[in-house]
Amino acid sequence: MRYRHTPLHTQDTELDRFRFRIGFAASVVVLAFALLAGRFVYLQIIQHDYYTTRAEDNRISLVPIAPNRGVILDRHGTIMARNYSAFTLELTPSKIANLDETIDRLGQLIEIQAKDKRRFHKLLEESKLFESLPIRTRLSDEEVARFAANRYLFPGVEVQARLFRQYPLGAVASHVLGYINRINKADLDVIEASDQSSNYKGTDHIGKTGLEQKYEFQLHGEAGYEEIEIDAGGQAVRNISRTAPVSGNNLTLTLDAKLQEITEKAFGDRRGALVAIDPSTGGILAMVSTPTFDPNLFVDGIRSDDWDLLNNSPDRPMVNRALNGAYPPGSTFKPFMALAALELGKRTPGQTISDPGFFTFGGHTFRDDKKGGHGLVDMYKSIVQSCDTYYYMLANDMGIDNIARFMGPLGLGQRTGVDIEGESEGVLPSPEWKKRRFKNPAQQKWFAGETISIGIGQGYNAYTPIQLAQAVSALANNGVIYRPHLVNYITNSKTGEKTLIEPEPLRTLPWKQQNIDFIKKAMVGVNKEGTGARAFAGAEYESGGKTGTAQLFSLKGADYKSGKLKQELRDHALFIAFAPADHPKIALAVLVENGGFGAQSAAPIARMVIDYYLLGKSPAGPAQDVETPSEED
Amino acid sequence: MFQHYLQRFRERLVEHIDGPLLVITLILMAFGLATIFSATYDANNRAVSQLLNMGVGLVGMWAVAQLPPQKLMRFAVPLYVVGVIMLILVYVIGIKVNGARRWLPLGFTRVQPAEILKIAMPLMLAWYFHKYEAVLRWRHYLVAGLLLLVPFGLIAKQPDLGTAILVGAAGFYVIFFAGLPWKVIVGMVVAAGSAAPFVWTVLHDYQRKRILTLIDPTTDPLGSGYHIIQSTIAIGSGGAFGKGWLMGTQTHLEFIPERHTDFIFAVFSEERGLLGNSILLVLYLMLIARGLMITANASTLFARVLGGSITLSFFTYVFVNMGMVSGILPVVGVPLPFMSYGGTALVTLFIALGILMSIQSHRMLVKK
Repeated sequence: MRYRHTPLHTQDTELDRFRFRIGFAASVVVLAFALLAGRFVYLQIIQHDYYTTRAEDNRISLVPIAPNRGVILDRHGTIMARNYSAFTLELTPSKIANLDETIDRLGQLIEIQAKDKRRFHKLLEESKLFESLPIRTRLSDEEVARFAANRYLFPGVEVQARLFRQYPLGAVASHVLGYINRINKADLDVIEASDQSSNYKGTDHIGKTGLEQKYEFQLHGEAGYEEIEIDAGGQAVRNISRTAPVSGNNLTLTLDAKLQEITEKAFGDRRGALVAIDPSTGGILAMVSTPTFDPNLFVDGIRSDDWDLLNNSPDRPMVNRALNGAYPPGSTFKPFMALAALELGKRTPGQTISDPGFFTFGGHTFRDDKKGGHGLVDMYKSIVQSCDTYYYMLANDMGIDNIARFMGPLGLGQRTGVDIEGESEGVLPSPEWKKRRFKNPAQQKWFAGETISIGIGQGYNAYTPIQLAQAVSALANNGVIYRPHLVNYITNSKTGEKTLIEPEPLRTLPWKQQNIDFIKKAMVGVNKEGTGARAFAGAEYESGGKTGTAQLFSLKGADYKSGKLKQELRDHALFIAFAPADHPKIALAVLVENGGFGAQSAAPIARMVIDYYLLGKSPAGPAQDVETPSEED
Repeated sequence: MFQHYLQRFRERLVEHIDGPLLVITLILMAFGLATIFSATYDANNRAVSQLLNMGVGLVGMWAVAQLPPQKLMRFAVPLYVVGVIMLILVYVIGIKVNGARRWLPLGFTRVQPAEILKIAMPLMLAWYFHKYEAVLRWRHYLVAGLLLLVPFGLIAKQPDLGTAILVGAAGFYVIFFAGLPWKVIVGMVVAAGSAAPFVWTVLHDYQRKRILTLIDPTTDPLGSGYHIIQSTIAIGSGGAFGKGWLMGTQTHLEFIPERHTDFIFAVFSEERGLLGNSILLVLYLMLIARGLMITANASTLFARVLGGSITLSFFTYVFVNMGMVSGILPVVGVPLPFMSYGGTALVTLFIALGILMSIQSHRMLVKK
C-alpha cells in the first residue's frame, strides 16, 4: 500500500515511504556497480590475454593513407589535373633535438636552398606536434640514394614517396581548375563541419579555388589505413595489414581544353574574359580569364616571391574575371532590349524612328556615337548599326520596371550558380535595387533620366561575362535556359558509375518564336553587314553577334579617339555571339578590359574561338585588332 | 589565550565538516592526482594545477557547509532563473567551440552556464516540493517536470549530452524522492522504450555515430570508434593487478585520448588493474552510502530530496563515466568525480559535497 500515491496523511508514513525509496535507490546503485564490476572482470580477467595482445599490437599504430585525388579531364579526355609520385625529404620535428643543426648537416648531403628553409619554417609554425614536414620535394634518384646511405646519421628524418598534384597544361584554364594547397585552420573547420575529419587524417592538401575547391569532397576519395608495428621508440618495424584507400572520383568537364588554350592565346596580353557555352546543354566550352597564372606554383606551398608577384600585379591575375568582374554590357544589351520591346508590344520590327544623333530628356542630351545620327532607323538597323538613339527612346517608353522584369529571368544581375565558388552577383538596376544599394534617402530615389542610359547597357548596369554568355545562350536556344556548368559528369572511381551534372533545363522563357527569330536575324546582320562584319569577313558559317563598348570615361562632347587615350582609360570592349546561326552549337561573351571598341578588339577573339570550334582552324597568333570607324559602335 | 583561539579556530574549521565524506573524497583525490600525474607528466603536467583546483574546491565546500539548508533554500529560485537565462543567452551570444555552443562570454572570462544547473536544478526542485509539501498534487509533479525539461532541452541542444544527462538525472532524483508515483515511473520507462526510435531521429549525427560505434567500434577505427577501442584495450590489458604506476603503454604511447579528463579511468585501470578498480568502486560506494545515510536522517523534505538527488548524482557521474570508458555506454562528456582533471567540474562537485555536509551538520532543527 505504501507505493500508492495519496496526499500526505502523517509524517510517519511519508518518512517510511521516503526511506523505502532510499533503499530502492541503494539497490539500484549496488546493481549498477555490480554490472560495472562484472564488466571489469570480463575485460581484465576473462579477456585479459586478448587485450594484452591488442595492447602489444598497439605498438601497432594505425597510419592513415591518403587516397589518390581524382583526375580532372576535359570533354575529350585530355588530362587537366593529375597526380604524380615523387620523393620528399621529411623531418619530424618532435623527434629531432636540434632542428637547425640537423638541417645544416642535411644541407651538406642534399641541396637545401634558403627558400626551402623559409617554407619549412612556415610549415613548422602551422603544423601539429607529431607531423612530418617536407623540407625538400622532388628529390632525384641520386639524392634519395645519397640520403639512404647516411640515414642512420639522421634520426627523425625520412624520405617519403608522396603524391603531388600536377596541372599538365600549366596555366591553361587556371581559373577553372583552381589549385590545391596545404590544409590550414579555416579548411580544418570546413572539414570538421562536413564530418570528414577522420577521412582527412592522412591528407595534407585541399582544393582552395576553382573546381578543386568546389568538388573537393568528390575528388578527395576515402582514406585507407595501414597497421604498422612500431618498436618502443616509435620506429616502424613491419606492416601488419592494409586497408587500401579509395581514390577520389574523376571529373569530366564540358570544357574543351584545346579551345580553352586557343582562346587564351587569342587574348594575347590583353586583360579580359570569355565564356563560351553549348546553348543546348549549358555546358561551358571555354571559360577564360586573362592574365592567367600557373596553378602548379601552389601545389607544395607557393614561394613568397611568386605570391607577391601574382598578388601585387596591377593586372590582378588571381581574379577570375569571368565570374567576378561585373561590367556594363554596353551595346550587347541592345538585342535583349529589342526582344523585350517585341515581347511587351512596345515596338514592332517595322516601326521607324528618326535619329538626329542625340536624344534630349529633361534638359539632358544623350548622344549617339554617330555624329549627325543614323537617319531613319527600324529595329533591324538599330541592332546592325548599333543606334543609341533608338534605345534611348525605347528605354524611356518601356520604363525601368519593365526592363528589370524582362532581364531578371534571363539571369542578368543574379548568380548563375556555375560550379565554382565565389561568383559575383552583378547589378540589374531597378528602383528596388537602388533602395537596397544606397543608405542615404536622397540617393535611393530612381530618376527617370537614369532609365535612358540603361537602354544602351550603360548606367548602373553591371553583369559578369558568364551572365552575358548565359543570356546569349538562352537567346540562341530559343528561350530554354540551362545552368552554366563546367563538370559534365563525375565518374565514381570504385563502380565506374557516371553522375551527370545539370542535365535538366532551369526554365523556359515564354518568348514568341517569331520575335526570337527576328532578333537572331538582326544579330546575323551585325556580323554580315554591321559592326561585326569586318571581324567575321569571309567566315564559312553564318553567325550572329553584337558588339558593345562599356564606357569608363565620359567625353563631354569631345571626339573619342581611342588611340589617343591612355590605355587604362580606354573603354572595355565586349562582344556576344552565337554560331551557326540556324542551329547554334556555341554561344559566347567576350570582354576585353580597356580594349576600346567591341568591334575592334573583342570580336576578332570571338571569331578565332568560333573558327576553331566549328572548323578546327588553329590560329597563328593572338587576335589582331580590327580597325573600325569609331561611329559604328 | 592563544591556545584558546587556536582551539576555537579548529572547532570552527571542522564544525560543519563531515569526517567520513571528507576522508573518502581525499583518498579519491589522491588517486586522481597520481593518475593525472601519470597521464600528463611526459607532456604538460596538470597535477599541480589540479591540486590548486582542489584547494579552491575545498574552500568552496567548507563555505557551503556553513550555510544551513534554510539559507541554501534562498538561493534556489535566483540561481535557477539566472542559470536558465544564461542558457538562453548562450544561444544568442554564445561562443562556439568544436561545433557546440556551450560557453557564455563575460568579458573578462567565459562560463558554462550548464554547470550552474547541476546545482541549481536539484536546489530549485527541492525548494518547489518543500513549498508545496502539504498540498502535493499531480499538477505539482507536472510543473516540476516542466522546470526540469526546459534547461535539459536547452543543454541537450547545445549540444552537450553529457551535462544534459547529469542535470536531467539530478532533477529526476528530486522528483523521485518527493514521491513520484510508481505507476508513473513504470509508465515513463515503457514510454521511453517505445520512444527510442523517435529519439534516434532527433539525435545529432555525431551522437548517433557514437551509439553505432558502441555496438561495433570497428566501423570507424580512425574516428569515433577509436576512443572506445583504445580505452577497452587499456582496461583489459591492465589485468588483475595493473601494469604499475607510470607503466601503462596505452597511456604513454598516447593511444588514449582525453586521458587526463573524461578518460582518466582508462589510465587508472590500465596501471592499477582490477584490484585498483575494485578499490575505486568500493570508495565510490562508500561515498554514496554515506550520502544516502545523511539523506535518510535529514530533517526536512527540502534537505531529504536535495541530499538524495546529490548523492545519486555522484552515482550517475561514476556509472556513466566508467560505463562509457569500459564500452558499455555511449561516449558522452561526463567526468569521473574527484578524479578527472578540470576546475569547473571539480568546484561543482565540492559544492555538492558541501551541501551534503550542511544537511548532515544541521539535521537537528534545534541546536544542541
